[in-house]
Amino acid sequence: MRTGAVGAVLIAGVVAAGALALVQPSRSQTGNRVPESVAAFAKVASVLASPRCQNCHTLTNFPRQGDDRHAHLFNVTRGGVDHGAPGLPCSTCHGKSNNAASGAPGAVEVWRLAPLAMGWDDLSTGALCRHLTDPQHNGYRNGRQIIDHLQSPLVTWAWSPGFDRNGRPRTLPPVSYPDFVRAAELWVSAGVPCP
Amino acid sequence: MTQFSVNGRAVTVDADADTPLLWALRDSLGLTGTKFGCGIAACGACTVHIDGQPVRSCSFPLGAVSGKQVLTIEGLSHDRSHPLQKAWIEEQVPQCGYCQSGMIMAAAALIKERPHPSGEEIDAAITNLCRCGTYARIRSAIHRAARGMP
Repeated sequence: MRTGAVGAVLIAGVVAAGALALVQPSRSQTGNRVPESVAAFAKVASVLASPRCQNCHTLTNFPRQGDDRHAHLFNVTRGGVDHGAPGLPCSTCHGKSNNAASGAPGAVEVWRLAPLAMGWDDLSTGALCRHLTDPQHNGYRNGRQIIDHLQSPLVTWAWSPGFDRNGRPRTLPPVSYPDFVRAAELWVSAGVPCP
Repeated sequence: MTQFSVNGRAVTVDADADTPLLWALRDSLGLTGTKFGCGIAACGACTVHIDGQPVRSCSFPLGAVSGKQVLTIEGLSHDRSHPLQKAWIEEQVPQCGYCQSGMIMAAAALIKERPHPSGEEIDAAITNLCRCGTYARIRSAIHRAARGMP
């Protein structure tokens, strides 16, 4: 049993190291693009720090709402698999599109929280960068997979967030979606350097 | 035209795709057990199940229910024999009763997933609102129903 556990840890370590190697090329590969790409990451970070991203990338056992990032109304909780409490999945209220009547946001992808390991409430730009490049905090994604994640409906929703329950348009991230993706690609192609 | 199943019966509703499912259930199909409360998916009085998952039907577009199976309070059991229905009577839960069909459907979704829920799990799952404040009896009834679950 003990041997098996140690083996599992070793395998996990090898997998993690492999993923990290995919994410972070050597310094010689990045050349002198580092300042430019660090600036690009600052642009990426400005988006990730917006309420549209942070409200579901929380380090809490509940989602947040609004630009003031208050706890989700009605004591809504994360649940064991980030889809809400047993018997009250996020999909109880969050459908396949934004609901103009209720103000409940929705997306083609099933509405859910990011896993706790991928929470980034209030991290500094540098800490956020290290978080995103740590396989244990990025879902074991390599650089390409990080870019792929940016195409997912829950991410792109941030640029079409609809209206809140009071009929006010939700604020958008501070950078346009094409600029965000361009900045992320630049950062990844330079080897995900962190400030 | 939207075709789906309600309580095991195939139905077709001729209404705009963005019509709330609640209106289709109540006005087109005459299933008035499901109630309108807030209209913004907040109070839970309109809770039904779609393919086994709880949904606030006041904010669920009819077009999205095509081909799916809807369960309303009328279909929970044919003879009021569901453990929750029996527990609701034994605990004399309702006061005015308006929110209770939504409460029972929300509770049914919970005990389907957690046959023996803790008090904390009940609190997390049942966010429905009751203006009469029957929450304590609702919790007791869910515990009572759970004792009758396998």
